[in-house]
Amino acid sequence: MNTTQHPDGSNARAAEVAGTQSARQTHTMQQSVEPLLRVKDLVVEFPTRAGKLRALDKISFDIAPGEVLGVVGESGAGKSLTGAAIIGLLEPPGRIAGGEIMLEGQRIDNLDHEAMRHIRGRRIGAIFQDPLTSLNPLYSIGRQLVETIRTHLPMSEKAARSRAIELLQDTGIPAAEQRIDHYPHQFSGGMRQRVVIALALAAEPKLIVADEPTTALDVSIQAQIIALLKKVCKDRGAAVMLITHDMGVIAETCDRVAVMYAGRIAEIGPVHEVINHPAHPYSAGLMAAIPDITIDRENLHQIDGAMPRLHAIPTGCAFNPRCERSMERCVRERPELLAAGPTRAACWLHAADAAT
Amino acid sequence: MFAFILRRLLQAVFVMATVAFIAFMLFQFVGDPVLFMLGQDATPEQVQELRELLGLDRSFLVQFWHFLLNSAQGDFGISLRQGGKVSSLIAERLPATLELALVAALLALVVGVPMGVYAALRRGNALSQSFMMFSLLGVSLPTFLIGILLILVFSVWLGWFPSFGRGDTVSVGGWKSGLLTLDGWHHVVLPAITLAIFQLTLIMRLVRAEMLEVLRTDYIKFARARGLSDRAIHFGHALKNTLVPVMTITGLQLGGLIAFAIITETVFQWPGMGLLFIQAVNFADIPVMAAYLCLISLIFVVINLTVDLLYFAVDPRLRVSGKGH
Amino acid sequence: MSRLQRIWNSDVGYSFRTSPVAMGATLVALLCVFFAVFAGWVAPHNPFDLATLDLADARLPPAWTAEGSAKFVLGTDDQGRDILSALMYGARISLAVGFASVILSVIIGVAFGLLAGFLGGWVDAALMRLCDVMLSFPAILVALLIAGVGRAVFPNAPDNLALGVLIVSITLTGWVQYARTVRGSTMVERSKEYVQAARVTGVTSLRIMRRHVLPNVMGPVLVLATIQVATAIITEATLSFLGVGAPPTSPSLGTLIRIGNDYLFSGEWWITIFPGLMLIIIALSVNLLGDWLRDALNPRLR
Repeated sequence: MNTTQHPDGSNARAAEVAGTQSARQTHTMQQSVEPLLRVKDLVVEFPTRAGKLRALDKISFDIAPGEVLGVVGESGAGKSLTGAAIIGLLEPPGRIAGGEIMLEGQRIDNLDHEAMRHIRGRRIGAIFQDPLTSLNPLYSIGRQLVETIRTHLPMSEKAARSRAIELLQDTGIPAAEQRIDHYPHQFSGGMRQRVVIALALAAEPKLIVADEPTTALDVSIQAQIIALLKKVCKDRGAAVMLITHDMGVIAETCDRVAVMYAGRIAEIGPVHEVINHPAHPYSAGLMAAIPDITIDRENLHQIDGAMPRLHAIPTGCAFNPRCERSMERCVRERPELLAAGPTRAACWLHAADAAT
Repeated sequence: MFAFILRRLLQAVFVMATVAFIAFMLFQFVGDPVLFMLGQDATPEQVQELRELLGLDRSFLVQFWHFLLNSAQGDFGISLRQGGKVSSLIAERLPATLELALVAALLALVVGVPMGVYAALRRGNALSQSFMMFSLLGVSLPTFLIGILLILVFSVWLGWFPSFGRGDTVSVGGWKSGLLTLDGWHHVVLPAITLAIFQLTLIMRLVRAEMLEVLRTDYIKFARARGLSDRAIHFGHALKNTLVPVMTITGLQLGGLIAFAIITETVFQWPGMGLLFIQAVNFADIPVMAAYLCLISLIFVVINLTVDLLYFAVDPRLRVSGKGH
Repeated sequence: MSRLQRIWNSDVGYSFRTSPVAMGATLVALLCVFFAVFAGWVAPHNPFDLATLDLADARLPPAWTAEGSAKFVLGTDDQGRDILSALMYGARISLAVGFASVILSVIIGVAFGLLAGFLGGWVDAALMRLCDVMLSFPAILVALLIAGVGRAVFPNAPDNLALGVLIVSITLTGWVQYARTVRGSTMVERSKEYVQAARVTGVTSLRIMRRHVLPNVMGPVLVLATIQVATAIITEATLSFLGVGAPPTSPSLGTLIRIGNDYLFSGEWWITIFPGLMLIIIALSVNLLGDWLRDALNPRLR
């Protein structure tokens, strides 16, 4: 176990004890609270002319109630697919070929169409990338809001409408009472995404899957929208699965983060630990690649090679051909998520019998 | 919005002018215009007199101007084949064609749209497949052949429907209508089906293709993610978005129906404008041809304009936007 | 790998091999073309050789009926002409007119489209106005007019001239869609940087159009053309049926149907139905092929 250097040496031992105690407390807390979402060994396959492609290969993670989990990775790592699988909107011919998804202890990956429909919107909400195309241009946003509310909650038209106005106010739309009857094209990009967030929260879901919610927005607005998302979810006690490739957003917003690579989770843990002390060589490479204006550097750090394509994933650990610290075992066996201090990493460097 | 309408109007005028010009050229190059106006039995003195009166010895532009003036008033002279005034000939036949086109259009819409929606929602279904096969047949069968086959089966062999003419008609104002009598309806069935089939298949394919496109959009995906019912998604969202472009294209096709009626009227000897036109073409009866041409263009232009205006009414994005950002 | 092998192994080739519809349609279409081209050798009789006609053979029903004769498999018309042979010769005219007009349409349309897309400015604007005007009329009307006017101007035209006018009238209604498609693609390509680079280094516009734009455009043009062959054949048949198409001395399938229509009510259905069936078979197989081709070349459906 690592001993932390405390600036005040005299209290070092006390701090150490306190640290251990609180760590143990958090650990037991996490164990005793039922996770809101549990994904276990999820496998998603695509049948193609060249055989079955595994787009997601035994993904496992939990989301606690009210928690913000970031899912980060390069394009094609499987982040969006994970989100789609959870809400049951995988595009055919993709299909869930193994594993389980459990929402509040109940399995949802094997539900029929109608049962899953009741879950969508009411217990799990979703936000997508482009607010312009996410809204039906022919209907006013009020109509779209009221429709969503009344689909899930037994309410009169009037009650639903006032609730819709409330939602718009919560998401920061000015003059909500007039603007509720406007059409999507009458809003700017940032405003539209606020409307989208309002729509996703309309039926009070416990989990929001947000797939790249700020990528299509102006940089100046991104921060606003992310802050808004975090706030409204916190106010309602909703958990968020935030899918993005932007590490800055992750650092600002998330409690924990999962780093995905080639359809697998490379590392998962508290956000500050993963960023400052990455345990997986890939995460380390990602963090090192982020430019830091306080450090003088000639070149940006690069990880040699590229993420493998789905039909050419190496045996063993998917990252091993690009890894500077790869061992013989990495080529042979695929690592499970192993404990590496406060985080977990799928890397043989952290095997129990590995030399520290 | 006004700028848009203005532009459309200008375009319409341009089209009409071009058509008028072509019609005029017809007169010039295919025979003697004076003979057209006076008929074949005119004496040489009458011809010369009219020639001077009409200024046919004047310049090209003057003649064109006269032509424009006359046509605007509906005066196209005298039919070479039948001797009567072209305008009254056409006016007499117009109701027959319009009624036929109307019934066919309604049939095509009422049957085609639901077929297309079904084929999009239940892809791969046996019934959908048969719809698609039917649509292929509809496009591969020439209209006249459909008419002939229908006559063969339902008139000659089964004797259920008449194959000839319009049946009993009733005069309402100046309009001779066949839709007010049972016999009239009996007569219109086969021709209307013949005329409608091509349109029907086009509409069905269009609706299906549009709907499939719409079902792939992000807003439908988002609607699904919000847990809306299938009914709300398919008929509330997808259908409305599908019908907007479909409606405009269908409207534009309506003009085509009136033109296609030429074929149907020939097969069934339906006494409409189309039959008149064909007889004129076979006889080289230029005044009638020119008149038909101008009338058809007018109908087209009016339909196009109406459809454009309709688009404004339905798509909120095209209206003047209210509050800004 | 040879070109043919590459096509066979490509995605398009694969979907062709696995689609019974596409293969069947192609087979049928090729058969029809075969019969049409080699009608002179394959047909059992020559229906246009007046010397071989015998009025005693007139109005015979098909061979499988009681009064039929094995000599005339599909029966004879009112002059004693064998229907089967007339079918083949008629198909020849129909196919020839159809293909000729499509090829001409493609050439004219692609040329105009390239010019408009590349030169832009008033050339483009004028062309688009022209297309709009032409598109606002149904094709059949334009074709009828041209054919009709041709009739009036050349009342006693020899067969070849009549067919020529027919081809021209169908061509003039078909070129517009190619022009539009090609223009669109040309404009897209023109704004791409490699074209600008090429121009800077002195490559002529013509060469750019030929080497870069043209290959990109041929896919959709091919699909359009295939579907248009069927449309052209049907349009030709319609014009012939209406009396302004192929003359009775060189009858196309449409002309045959028109002639046979008169005998429908007296019960001699075969004179009009068999040419009709032939027309349907040709149009159907070409349409199927065109549909399949469009789906196969559409990247989004893969």
